[in-house]
Amino acid sequence: MKHNGERGRKRPRGLRTRPKGRSVDSQALREVQTLLADAPRRRDLLIEHLHLIQDRYGHLSAAHLVALAHEMQLAPVEVYEVASFYHHFDVVKEGETPPPALTVRVCDSVSCELAGAEQLIPVLEREFGKTVRVQRVPCVGRCETAPVAVVGQNPLGPASLERVRQAIERKATQASLPAATVDYQAYQAAGGYQVLRECLNGTRDTDSVVRALEDSGLRGLGGAGFPAGRKWRIVRGYAGPRLLAVNIDEGEPGTFKDRYYLERDPHRFLEGMLIAAWAAEINAIYIYIRDEYPACLQILKNAIAALEADPPMALPAIYLRRGAGAYICGEESGMIESIEGKRGMPRLRPPYVAEVGLFGRPTLEHNFETLYWVRDILERGAEWFASHGRRDRKGLRSFSVSGRVQKPGVHLAPAGISLRELIDEYCGGMLPGHELYAYFPGGASGGILPAAHADLPLDFDTLQPYGCFIGSAAIIVLSDKDSAKAAALNAMRFFSHESCGKCTPCRVGTRKAAGLMAQDRWDVPLLEELAQVMGDASICGLGQAAPNPLRSIIQYFPEELAS
Amino acid sequence: MTAVPESAKPTSFLLDGRAVDALPGETILQAARRHGVDIPHLCYKDGLRPDGNCRACVVEVKGERPLAPSCCRTPQEGMEVATTSERARHSQKMVLELLLSDVVETTYTRDSELETWARTLEIDTPRFAPRRQPEPDASHPAIAVNLDACIQCTRCQRACREEQVNDVIGYALRGSQAKIVFDVDDPMGSSSCVGCGECVQACPTGALMPAKEAGLIEPDKTVDSVCPYCGVGCLLTYHVKDNTILQVTGRDGPSNHGRLCVKGRYGFDYITHPHRLTRPLIRKSGIPKSTEITIDPADPSDVFREASWEEALDFAAGGLKKIRDEKGGQALAGFGSAKGSNEEAYLFQKLVRTGFGTNNVDHCTRLCHASSVAALLEGIGSGAVSNQVADVVEAECIIVIGSNASENHPVAATFMKNAAKAGKTLVVMDPRRTELARHASYYLQFKPDTDVALLNAMMHTIIEEGLVHQEFIEQRTAGFDLIKQNVAGFSPEEMESVCGIAAETIREVARRYATASGSMIFWGMGVSQHIHGTDNARCLIALALMTGQIGRPGTGLHPLRGQNNVQGASDAGLIPMMFPEYQRVDNEEVRQRFEALWGVSLDPQAGLTVVEIMDAILDDRLHGMYIMGENPAMSDPNLHHARQALAKLDHLVVQDLFLTETAAFADVILPASALPEKTGTFTNTDRRVQLARKALDPPGQARQDLDIIQEMARRLGLDWQYHDTAAVYEEMRQAISALGGISWARLESQDSVTYPCWTEDDPGRPVVFQKDFPTSDGIARFVPARLIHADELPDAEFPFVLITGRQLEHWHTGAMTRRASVLNAIEPQPVINVHPEDLTALDGAEGDLLTITSRRGEITAYARVDAGLQRNEIFIPFCYQEAAANLLTNEALDPYGKIPEFKYCAVRVSVNRTAEA
Repeated sequence: MKHNGERGRKRPRGLRTRPKGRSVDSQALREVQTLLADAPRRRDLLIEHLHLIQDRYGHLSAAHLVALAHEMQLAPVEVYEVASFYHHFDVVKEGETPPPALTVRVCDSVSCELAGAEQLIPVLEREFGKTVRVQRVPCVGRCETAPVAVVGQNPLGPASLERVRQAIERKATQASLPAATVDYQAYQAAGGYQVLRECLNGTRDTDSVVRALEDSGLRGLGGAGFPAGRKWRIVRGYAGPRLLAVNIDEGEPGTFKDRYYLERDPHRFLEGMLIAAWAAEINAIYIYIRDEYPACLQILKNAIAALEADPPMALPAIYLRRGAGAYICGEESGMIESIEGKRGMPRLRPPYVAEVGLFGRPTLEHNFETLYWVRDILERGAEWFASHGRRDRKGLRSFSVSGRVQKPGVHLAPAGISLRELIDEYCGGMLPGHELYAYFPGGASGGILPAAHADLPLDFDTLQPYGCFIGSAAIIVLSDKDSAKAAALNAMRFFSHESCGKCTPCRVGTRKAAGLMAQDRWDVPLLEELAQVMGDASICGLGQAAPNPLRSIIQYFPEELAS
Repeated sequence: MTAVPESAKPTSFLLDGRAVDALPGETILQAARRHGVDIPHLCYKDGLRPDGNCRACVVEVKGERPLAPSCCRTPQEGMEVATTSERARHSQKMVLELLLSDVVETTYTRDSELETWARTLEIDTPRFAPRRQPEPDASHPAIAVNLDACIQCTRCQRACREEQVNDVIGYALRGSQAKIVFDVDDPMGSSSCVGCGECVQACPTGALMPAKEAGLIEPDKTVDSVCPYCGVGCLLTYHVKDNTILQVTGRDGPSNHGRLCVKGRYGFDYITHPHRLTRPLIRKSGIPKSTEITIDPADPSDVFREASWEEALDFAAGGLKKIRDEKGGQALAGFGSAKGSNEEAYLFQKLVRTGFGTNNVDHCTRLCHASSVAALLEGIGSGAVSNQVADVVEAECIIVIGSNASENHPVAATFMKNAAKAGKTLVVMDPRRTELARHASYYLQFKPDTDVALLNAMMHTIIEEGLVHQEFIEQRTAGFDLIKQNVAGFSPEEMESVCGIAAETIREVARRYATASGSMIFWGMGVSQHIHGTDNARCLIALALMTGQIGRPGTGLHPLRGQNNVQGASDAGLIPMMFPEYQRVDNEEVRQRFEALWGVSLDPQAGLTVVEIMDAILDDRLHGMYIMGENPAMSDPNLHHARQALAKLDHLVVQDLFLTETAAFADVILPASALPEKTGTFTNTDRRVQLARKALDPPGQARQDLDIIQEMARRLGLDWQYHDTAAVYEEMRQAISALGGISWARLESQDSVTYPCWTEDDPGRPVVFQKDFPTSDGIARFVPARLIHADELPDAEFPFVLITGRQLEHWHTGAMTRRASVLNAIEPQPVINVHPEDLTALDGAEGDLLTITSRRGEITAYARVDAGLQRNEIFIPFCYQEAAANLLTNEALDPYGKIPEFKYCAVRVSVNRTAEA
C-alpha cells in the first residue's frame, strides 16, 4: 500500500492507536481536577464527586467519568456502575444529547396520583417539553401538598400548569429555606444541649440514659421499629471503633415527617444524635440525606456549622452525605453501601450492621426521627413518652397523612389511635364529597386496608395479622372516588422502578407483577405465587414488602377484581 | 492432645431431618452437597465469593421468617434446615421460572446451568411475559456476548473484578434495567477487556461464550495439560474434537486456580496455521543466505525443497558431524529452548555435550534473567525463586520492580492484585507506568537506568534509620560492612534528582519494606536487561538480606520467569558453564560424575553464551549450529549482527514449528511438535514441575522433538535407548537431586509438584533458605553495586530512550501468537508506544507511521499514544518481524550475566510521511 504522505491516510484494519479501553481526555481531566480541588480522592466520596460534576455540567459525560476514575485510581466501570445506579445522575455518552438545562420532576406516586399527577404530567410535557425535561419521579416527600412538581430544585405543591410556568419564567429553580427554623442560638436559649451537657459532665450516666430510652418504649421510626435503647447496648458491645449512620433518606411514598421536623428544629435532632453517639461510644457520624431535600441539606449544613463553630462539647467527626435519587438507600444496608460510594444494593444479613456495618465497623444506624425524640424523652422522662397511647399502646407517633382528608400533614398523635380517630380528630375529616374507602397504613409497602378496618389501633405489631404494617406511619387515605387496585398498581410500579436489581424475586418479580397487575383481569393464582416468592426469598425489605398492596387487593377488594 | 479451637470444630445441624456436620467455614450449600444433597444454585460458583443474589438456593431455616440463601449461610449448631420443604421448593422453582422467562430460548451453550436446574425441578414453559432483549455484541474476536441469555447473576463481574481484577465488567443501571456492562457500557471489543475469558468460564447460561459457537460442539475428549506460554505455569484442559482444539478451560492448578489469560485460553490455533511445517525442508543448492529476510513462510519453495525424514536427518546430522570431525567440537554450538520440555532440554544439552563434544549450549534465559541468576548464585547460591507467587497471601508488602506483570505474567499479576485488594502494600517501581500501577499503594516511576540509585537509597534509609535485621545479618550473611560503606553516599535526598523519586517516598517505601511482617520482591526484565543487570539484582538481594525478608513464608526474592520452561531448561543444563542442576563444568569432581552417568568424556571448558556464539561465528571460530525452537534472528540484540552471523554458518539445522526468521538461514529445517502435541514436564517460575499431556497428533510428517533429537544423536554416533518420555525424565532425575522425590508416576497422579523434593512422600519446599543458603558455607553474601550508566546514553542526535518488551497478546518473537487468530486479531500491527506530548512535539498523530533510528538500524511502525511513558521514552514490542525492534537494540553485555542491554538504547524518532506500510 502506497501512502501519499498526507494526514488521515488509510490505516490498516484493527490497528490500535491507543491502549485498550478509553483513554483519559486531558481537558476532561483538568475540569475534574478543578472541581475536586483539594477534596480527598477516597472511594467513599465517589457519589459526592459525581454530584460536583452533575451540578456543574448538568450531566455526566463519559469523558468526565473516565477522567474521574483516573483521578480516583478507579477503573472506569467502577464509576459508571455507580453513576448509572442513581436516578439523579444523567450519564451522557458520545452521540447522545445531554438533557435540557432545566428538569421539572413531577411526582407520580400514590398521593400525587390521587391528586391528579397523571393529568398534570402530559400538560406539562406538551407545554414545556421542547426546552425543559419533564420527568416522572417517585415520591419527593411533599405529599401533603400533592400534586408536587419540582422545578429544578424548587418544589411546588400543589402544582399546576400556571405555577410551573411562573417558576420557569422567573427562573425560580432553587429551593428556598423555610423561615421558621429554630436556630442554634434560639435552641440553646430554650434549654437545648443541656441534656447532652449533663451526659458529658457526668450528671447522667450511660446506663440511666439507655434505660430511659428502653423504658420509654421508643422504637426505630424509620419503619422497622427496633427498640432504640437496645440497639445502643448492642452496638456498644462490639469492639470499636464504632460508627453512627443517620438515615434521612425518607423515600417511602407518603412519608414526609423527617423533612417536617428537620425544617423546624434541626438541633433537637442533632442533640439526640450526639447523645446517642456518646452513649454508644461512637467515633464518627455519617448523616445520609436524600437528594430530594436540598433545603434540608442546607439547614443541616448550617446547623452543623453553627454547632462546630461554638461546640457545647468536643464533637465527634460529622460527615454529611447526599443521596442521588434511590429509594433503596433508605434500606439500612443499602444506605451504608451508598455512603461507601457504591451502588446502594442491600447486603445479605447476617452479619448485621450493628456488628459489621459502615466500612466494616460496628454501626449504630438510626432514622432521623428516632434521634429527634431522645432529648425530650430524657428531659421529660421515659414516662412522659410512654404515657401517651390508646388501646394499650404506648408512645407518640408522627403520622404523615395525605390523600382525601381536609388537613393533610404531619400529625403527632398517640400510638394506637385508629385511622377513623386520626382523620376526625387531627385531619379535619374527609374532603367534602369523599367517603373513606381504604388506606395505606404504612406507605406503599405497608399494604392497603379497607374502610372496614378503620378502627384498628395504628402501631407497630398491630397490623401484621391483617397483612399490613405501620412502617414509617405514612397514611394515605383513599375515598370512594378512588380505586384500590389502581393504587396497588402504582405501588408495584414504584417498587419495580426502585428495585436495586440484585435479587431475582424483586428485580424480576416486581416487573412481572406490575405487568400482570396492569391487565384488566388479574391472574390471581399466578400473582399469589409471585407474591410468595417475593415475600419469602427477597434479600431486603423492599422485595419482601412489595407484594403487600397486591395481597391486600386480593384479600380485601375482591369486588375490584371482579369488575 | 492439642485442643481444637472452637472455630475449627465441625458444626452439627439438621438437614432435611437428618443430623449432619458442616466443616468450619462451610455454607449450608457446601455442607449439603458433601452430604449428597444438591441444592439448586446459579449465582454460586466454587472459587467465587458467594453473592446470594439469584435466590435459587433458598432454604427454610426453622425459626426464621424469610428463607435463607444456602450459599451464604453457615449452619449454626442445632439449626434445622429444610431444602425441599414446600415453601423452599416454591421459591426455588419460582426463581428459576422467573429467570427462564427472562432469557431467550436460543441455546448458546451445551450446559446451561439454568436449563439443567429447570429440568431437575421439572419447570415447564414459563408463565410470565418475556423481557425486552438487548442486542448481541460480537465486537470481541474471542468472546460472544449474548445478554439475552443473561440472568444477572454477576458471576462474570466477580470473575473479572474480584478474581482476575481486570475491572472491566460491571453491573450497571438498576432494577429490571440492571445489566452487565463493559467499562462505560462500551462494546466488549472496544473496552479495556484483556480477553482473559474468566467471565466466559464463569457464565452459567452461555451469555458469554467463546466466539463462533465453539461451545456448542461436543468434544471427543478432554486432556489435562499445561499452558504453553509464560512461566506462570497455568494448568488447563484442552477440549478436542477431530484432532483439533475446540476450546481451552482453566484447571485448578496451584499457580492459577482455574484462571488463564488471553494467550492461554484463546491462543491455541497457531497449531493449525497454514504456515505450519509438516515436512522436512532442505535448502536448495546455490541459494545464498541474505540478512534481508525475504522468504514467504507460506511458500518457501523458492529457497527450500521438501525432503524425506531420512534424507533430512542424514543431511542435518551429517553436516554437523563433518564440522565436528574436521574442525573439532568447539566449532559447533546448540541453542535449546525454554519452550521445550525438561526432557527435551536435558537431551538437547546432552547431545551437544556428548555428541558435539562442547559446552557451547545456551538458550534464551541468557537474554532474560542471566544477570539475575548470576547475582543470585553469587549472593545466595541458587538461581531459583525463594518463594512462590502464591505466597503473596502471606506477605504484607509486595514490591514489583521492572516487571509489566499484568501483560507478561497475567495470571501471577491477578494474585498480586488480589493481595492489593486485600489491603496489602503493593509497591510498583517501573519507568513505564503499566496497568499494575493502578492497584499499587506506591507507584515509583523512576528514570530509566537508575535502578541502583533508587535501591541503594532504600538501603541507605534502612541502615540510617536502624531498620536492619541485625540478628539475620550476623548469623546468616557476610559482607554487610561493604554494603554499609557503599550506600553511605546514596542518601534519598541525594538520589532524588538522579532517579526522579522524592526522597520522602523512597524513605516511606524503604520503611514499609523493612518493617512489614513479610516483604516479597518480584522482578522482571526491566531489572535484568541492562549492562548493570547483575548490579540491579545484587541490590534487591541485599535489601532482602539486610532486613531478613527471606527464608520465611511471605518474604523472599522472585525473578518472574518469562517462558514456560525457562526454569526447567536451566535446571536441565541448557547453560554453557553448567551441567544439570547448576553444577559447574570446570569442576573436576562434577565432571567425573557426569562422565560416569553419560559414559563419555566431557569438555572441561565452559562454553560460549548466546551473543558470544554469534561473535565466534563472525570470527570464523564456529561453523555449525543446531537450533531447536529458538529464534535468535528476532530475539538477539542488534539483529544485523546476529543475522550476519547466522548467514555465515556453514551448516545450520533448525527444528521448529514454523519457518521462523532464524529458519530462513537454515540449511535444513526439521518440522517439530507443539506443546499440545506432546507429553513432557515443564517447570514454572515457582519451581513447580508440571506434566503436560499429549492432546493432539502432530500434523503431516511433523514429529515429536524428543524423537528428532534422538535421531540426530544416533547419527552423531550416540547410542541412546529411550523408549519414552518417562525414561528421559527418570535419567534426568538422577542428574538433578532436587527432583529426587518426584517420580514420573507421581507426576502422572499429581500433575504438579514443587522441588526441592527429596523423597516420594516429601510435599516439596515452596519456601527455601529457611535455615541456610546453598552456598559452600551456608552463608549469604552482600555484594555492593556502584552507579554506572547504560552503555549508550541519549544525545542530540539520538535523543530518545528505547525500551523494548512484550505485549499481552504476543509471545516472545511472535512465531506462535502472530499465527493465533484471536491474538493476531487483537494486536495485528507493529506499534511504537510514544508519550502523547512527544508525539505532538513531533507534529505527529495517533496512528501515524513513525521511523525509529538507532546507530544500528531503523524500523517503521505505527504510533500508539501511551501516557504511561515518561517524556523522551519510546517503547516497542519486539514481536513484529516487519518492524523488528531488535534491529535497533544495543548488544552491549552485562559483564557477569552476559545479558544484552535490551532495556536501554538511544534512538531518534521521526514521523514518516512517505513510507509504505
